[in-house]
Amino acid sequence: MHIFREVAAEFERPVLLFSGGKDSIVMLHLAAAAFWPAPPPFPVLHIDTGHNFAEVLAHRDRAVADYGVRLLVGSVQDDIDAGRLADPGPRGLRNPLQTTTLLRSITEGRFDAVFGGARRDEERARAKERVFSFRDEFGQWDPRNQRPELWNLYNGHKASGEHIRVFPLSNWTELDIWQYIRDEAVDLPSLYFAHRRSVVHRDGMLMADLPLVRRDGDDPPFEATVRFRTVGDVPCTGCVESSAATAEEVVAEIAASRVTERGATRADDRISEAGMEDRKRDGYF
Amino acid sequence: MSELLRFATAGSVDDGKSTLIGRLLHDAKAIFEDQLEALARVSRERGDEYTNLALLTDGLRAEREQGITIDVAYRYFATPRRKFIIADTPGHLQYTRNMVTGASTADLALVLVDARKGVVEQSRRHAFLATLLGIPHLVVCVNKMDLVDWDKDRFDELRSEFRDFATKLDVHDVSFVPISALHGDNVVFRSAASPWYEGPTLLHHLEEVHIASDRNLVDPRFPVQYVIRPQSGSTPDYRGYAGTVAGGVFRPGDEVVVLPSGFTTTIAAIDGPGGVPVDDAFSPMAVTLRLADDLDVARGDVIARARNHPVVDQDIDATVCWMSERARLEPPGTYLLKHTTRSVKARITELAYRLDINTLHRVQDAGSLGLNDIGRVRIRTQAPLLFDDYHRNRTMGSFILIDEATHATVAAGMITGVGR
Repeated sequence: MHIFREVAAEFERPVLLFSGGKDSIVMLHLAAAAFWPAPPPFPVLHIDTGHNFAEVLAHRDRAVADYGVRLLVGSVQDDIDAGRLADPGPRGLRNPLQTTTLLRSITEGRFDAVFGGARRDEERARAKERVFSFRDEFGQWDPRNQRPELWNLYNGHKASGEHIRVFPLSNWTELDIWQYIRDEAVDLPSLYFAHRRSVVHRDGMLMADLPLVRRDGDDPPFEATVRFRTVGDVPCTGCVESSAATAEEVVAEIAASRVTERGATRADDRISEAGMEDRKRDGYF
Repeated sequence: MSELLRFATAGSVDDGKSTLIGRLLHDAKAIFEDQLEALARVSRERGDEYTNLALLTDGLRAEREQGITIDVAYRYFATPRRKFIIADTPGHLQYTRNMVTGASTADLALVLVDARKGVVEQSRRHAFLATLLGIPHLVVCVNKMDLVDWDKDRFDELRSEFRDFATKLDVHDVSFVPISALHGDNVVFRSAASPWYEGPTLLHHLEEVHIASDRNLVDPRFPVQYVIRPQSGSTPDYRGYAGTVAGGVFRPGDEVVVLPSGFTTTIAAIDGPGGVPVDDAFSPMAVTLRLADDLDVARGDVIARARNHPVVDQDIDATVCWMSERARLEPPGTYLLKHTTRSVKARITELAYRLDINTLHRVQDAGSLGLNDIGRVRIRTQAPLLFDDYHRNRTMGSFILIDEATHATVAAGMITGVGR
């Protein structure tokens, strides 16, 4: 609450990154609570890879209407069509491409504060991220040149052209997120809960059997009861076998889990140990 | 939600601080299998004898290469009793700036002492900084007890040595735990090697230490952060003052004063996030106050009680930690001062002394402060500040200084000696 209100008070053009994934839905829920009975005083921005789960897109549109916020879309496909990005192919990873589209959208929208759903517990490179994370005019993050962040006193000062990334969920863990979803009865896409679907094995992960998903060899698809722990770009988002059909059951499952959510289901984070650090320096979420 | 304990750790590379945190996370089952596998692999590649738990907390690639941690890193774990946030700060060169940052929000500080080396200068420095930042609880981990054969006399000796030193500090709760971070003795599991030690394990202590009474429930303070006025929709006449309670307890019907204007009114209602009605609002709850009268209240104002309100003054005495690598603090430097939700221009009118944090001596005629220096200053603000003594209320007594040209945060300040 404190962080959302601080940003609304000190910045002229904040925007909230919104993918329709659970962390961004929780952020929007918090933002709505912080300014009640007024709607959140900023729009939401979806960086759209074009490779979404259809259900997540539908949920995105419903949430935007329910919370009374304006939706802006930055399209990766637009950047590919304009030649600013190379097309990685129909089943290629588009996640790394989002950086270009994100930075273009921030510049075009003249946004000075950008809310992101990143959490410090997700990845080692994020453990040192600030709540107010300063980005230079090229959108770059310099881990050696971060502002000290003391008490709850956030320094939002910057030169024009620069912006601040704000991470209100910095101190939340995956378990905190799910407990909040349970306690506040936050509405999520049903992909996050156990359901039957056709899946395939790939790189030791379980992937949805969808046209966008590349397959390894001749492994045949099979039916399984699964849920998604994260929902990103379809070609790189895996699922886990699970029978957790409610938020309460997911909380219990996570409390007992022995694998991190990214380790289990995100092909993009497996690229290299320092993968996230490099992408963050470049201006990624 | 279970109670949250934030603690700060400090120690040099050799103290085994990273090993201790790794051990805590490992034995509390807060390390996941994929992380552990990666750790075992990297340890083998480095030729380490054990799975090197220290690697777990060495975050960025640059520091892994140099074998040092360069900043404050935050770690999370939970037990059925409590949630924990660790602010892990390095023990080397930049330690003052980083430790002050990590300590600013901590309820408890872990200070590591090497059983062989004793209470060295650095242990004293860490304890001093922790108490300077108003951390109410200190836990001294006497580490590497296995290397002194779990000698009870050695532990007792270090304990009394540290206690003697701690009498000079403003801290009331100091505990001592004999541990071996490398082998896990008394970290999460009780050690068979120390039958003479009757206290709790480190984790047990972290789970049980009483922190609820640390927050100020006596002095009502509500810095107004944001004014909520929808002016449309189903609530066109709603006007609420949103903020985070900084002290005391607020209830509907309370008579309050709005500062600096001095108008008095009563609280008509308190709305929690999303409009949930609140009967008692206390620190650190984020709420919205609705007042009975239509007053001109803005961000930066403080709502308090007519007979219990903050000091209103333009001249403040404070202890500052200087954090800029590029510039030095030197009177009459001017900065932007951010205190609660208020930002004002401020001029350093006097540098009374620099504090040598190794000897705790006051160096008069210091002239200026450089990176990692701590000093006592007098500051004149362009508009009045509404503050309390830092030791009575950390939120109402803390501020940062911002360089107006570079926008960098250049100092952390604590207002102390109020009313003396």
